[in-house]
Amino acid sequence: MATFKEFRNKVKPNWCPGCGDFSVLAAMQRAFANQGLEPEDVTLVSGIGCSGRISGYMNAYGFHGIHGRALPIAQGLKLANRDLTVVAAGGDGDGFAIGMSHTIHAIRRNVDITYIVMDNQVYGLTKGQTSPRSEMGFKTKSTPKGAIEATIAPLEMALTAGAGFVAQAFSSDLKQMTRLIEEGLNHKGFSLINVYSPCVTYNKINTYDWFKENLTNLEQDESYDPSDRMMAMQKLMENNGLVTGLIYQNKERKSYEEMISGFREEPLAKQDLKLPKEDFDQLVAEFA
Amino acid sequence: MIKQLSWKVGGQQGEGIDSTGEIFSTALNRLGYHLYGYRHFSSRIKGGHSNTKIRISIRPIRAVSDDLDVLVAFDQETIDLNAHELHDRGVILADAKFKPVVPEGVSARLFSVPFTKIAQDVGLAQMKNMVAVGASSALLGLPLEAFQGVIEEKFSRKGQQVVDKNMEAIQSGVDHVLKETGGMIEDLKLEPSDGKKRLYMIGNDAIALGAIAAGARLMAAYPITPSSEIMEYLIKQLSKFGGTVVQTEDEIAAISMVLGANYGGVRALTASAGPGLSLMTEAIGLAGMTETPAVIVDTQRGGPSTGLPTKQEQSDINAMLYSTHGEIPKIVIAPSTAEECFYDTIQAFNLADRYQCPVIILSDLALSLGKQTVEPLDYDRISIDRGNLITDSEGLKQLENSELFKRYEWTEDGVSSRVLPGVKNGLHHVTGVEHDEVGRPSENPLNRQRMVEKRLKKLEQGIDFEHPVHVDAEHEEADLLIVGIGSTRGVIHEGMERLQADGVTVNHLHIRQLLPFPAETVKKEMAKAKKVVVVENNATGQLASQLKLHVGMADKISHVGKYDGNPFLPSEIYNQCKELLVHGHV
Repeated sequence: MATFKEFRNKVKPNWCPGCGDFSVLAAMQRAFANQGLEPEDVTLVSGIGCSGRISGYMNAYGFHGIHGRALPIAQGLKLANRDLTVVAAGGDGDGFAIGMSHTIHAIRRNVDITYIVMDNQVYGLTKGQTSPRSEMGFKTKSTPKGAIEATIAPLEMALTAGAGFVAQAFSSDLKQMTRLIEEGLNHKGFSLINVYSPCVTYNKINTYDWFKENLTNLEQDESYDPSDRMMAMQKLMENNGLVTGLIYQNKERKSYEEMISGFREEPLAKQDLKLPKEDFDQLVAEFA
Repeated sequence: MIKQLSWKVGGQQGEGIDSTGEIFSTALNRLGYHLYGYRHFSSRIKGGHSNTKIRISIRPIRAVSDDLDVLVAFDQETIDLNAHELHDRGVILADAKFKPVVPEGVSARLFSVPFTKIAQDVGLAQMKNMVAVGASSALLGLPLEAFQGVIEEKFSRKGQQVVDKNMEAIQSGVDHVLKETGGMIEDLKLEPSDGKKRLYMIGNDAIALGAIAAGARLMAAYPITPSSEIMEYLIKQLSKFGGTVVQTEDEIAAISMVLGANYGGVRALTASAGPGLSLMTEAIGLAGMTETPAVIVDTQRGGPSTGLPTKQEQSDINAMLYSTHGEIPKIVIAPSTAEECFYDTIQAFNLADRYQCPVIILSDLALSLGKQTVEPLDYDRISIDRGNLITDSEGLKQLENSELFKRYEWTEDGVSSRVLPGVKNGLHHVTGVEHDEVGRPSENPLNRQRMVEKRLKKLEQGIDFEHPVHVDAEHEEADLLIVGIGSTRGVIHEGMERLQADGVTVNHLHIRQLLPFPAETVKKEMAKAKKVVVVENNATGQLASQLKLHVGMADKISHVGKYDGNPFLPSEIYNQCKELLVHGHV
């Protein structure tokens, strides 16, 4: 059985020292190992941006695609080979700006993949522009007088889109993040894990200290019931989204693969391509 | 007796015009006639004039005819809009209900048949379509038995009584026309066919069927005219083979999903038209960069922007050749008949796997939606070649110490082994960033240069595509070479026959492999002709430009364009070529 170290490779990440994404990488590696996965069992599909580089730092199969399209690539891959553990990862720009529509529709579709968003509320790799996750008034290169567009609330949005699994983690709490990723991997269907992963270079407002002061851990609230969608919505709204833990899970909802009629247990990629003669004749007869 | 005729049925969209045409043509196909059907429709669902024109012949045809022999009209608008196409001996079969009038200047004969009244007498007004089918077959002298099987297949689910009533409606149509015309009209009676079994299908169905035969088990697509039939056919059929169709949120998701699926090892495709292809452009570049196979169908329609969604055009040629930033290996093939749509689609998947690059199947509205006779498809011609693909760990070297598999190894022909995710000892990275042999990002100038060359090298020596051109060139020295692409194959052939009848020596070359361009073959054919005319449904001569670019001889190349939304007619090919030969220019 692989240990988390076997999910490490020798590539030195080009992230800034102190970047929250280091924890996300470590948590993923631990979660995969804890789940008894081997490197070849996992494919990490990532987007573009600082966080998108994560697939190159994981000793597993990796597909680093184009900006905003990690989710459709990951869904296509999972449908091709349902035996694989498919994880998509990217930043808040990737998932909630350019790829927002894919995020919503991936949630609706419910293919059994796990999506981890490294949310730092800013564009890092392009050197500090506003993101849809930036708070109003947030000053960046593209918003020198402060952001004037409303902040997207991705988790509330996920709930309204019919998400079956919504969780939020914070880079400083590796243990919780690892556990949430494992729960996401085990969830049958699409799981969204948003991670507050601070940008130490371009976001001087939403810092590690700021999050420590402002985050509420739902797991410490005994009355919180993550199977209650209304409660989940209420908690998110009350706390302006600043919560961690498992926010909502619907264990009843079937995955997309389970809903497709005639979809076989054997992965598509392993099926025999040759069309039997009888089937061919039958198909052709329709046009006679 | 005649060898061929054209029949058109028209009425309000949503009134059953399509099913009338379908029943009539299915019976004719089973009798062994060659058919070509073209629908005139608008971007709306109910209401508005709609018609289907079907050409019937005892020999192969693949074009709309210039004129019309029989017009079946369910409303006066159909007569007003279409009667001018009828030749002098043409016939209008019109529902007596709307008191049909022949427009001034039209000398066709009008038979007013109480379609609706007869249908009501039989039992249901909707069966007026069947009465019209009967009336038509009486004119053409078709045996009534031909309809029995078709009607049974269509209506047996609804019970024997419905089948019988429909047959009765057809019979009543026959009886009425025979009484009215006092027996057969000899100049509309069709010569008997050869009675051979053939298929009658639209290009889109042939593409979809080809995809299944090629082993494609996943399609991701977004609905758009005129490509949706491909998706609809596969939705109906793929689940029988364990596969599925995902209707995505947009075309970007569709192509991205197809890349993910192909990377995962299943043969997957997407299909769209110009607007969708425009959206897919970036991901097509990703396929080129990551050497991921993908099959993409472009059913061209009138552009740019929304353009003419339901009309014919061939103006995406440049876009399919050049769109996407940077330089990638890409294959563009263009079938010109429904039969080729089937075989070429199978080949497209093989090419995509063999050269590990995107393959675009370039169709156009007239080919995708025009319905044509197809010789029986040959099961034995289906072959599957997955290229250099590794699906299990057997024979793979043990990877030690986070070492990676050389997915992008430099090789003689540029093609490297592709190992599927999930395979032990095959770990590697895939990225749209420039990368080294194991897929790690690299900005090293030497690596960059070698990787660019590696990717482009894959297609440099040409590709193994069975029929890069269709040649119909009997003359070693010809007055004229007509060059076309896609659906114009049949109409060029007819234009050519008329020119030959005038004593002009004409050769015909149809380009079926657009990228890499088969320059040597094309050059050879061009050299035989004094003049070359490129016939294409666009304004700027996109195909003609390719000839000039790859072959040269620019001074003898002319271009005949049509971009009013309609396919070429044989007379247009004939007249334009005549013009060129007489005046030296079009």
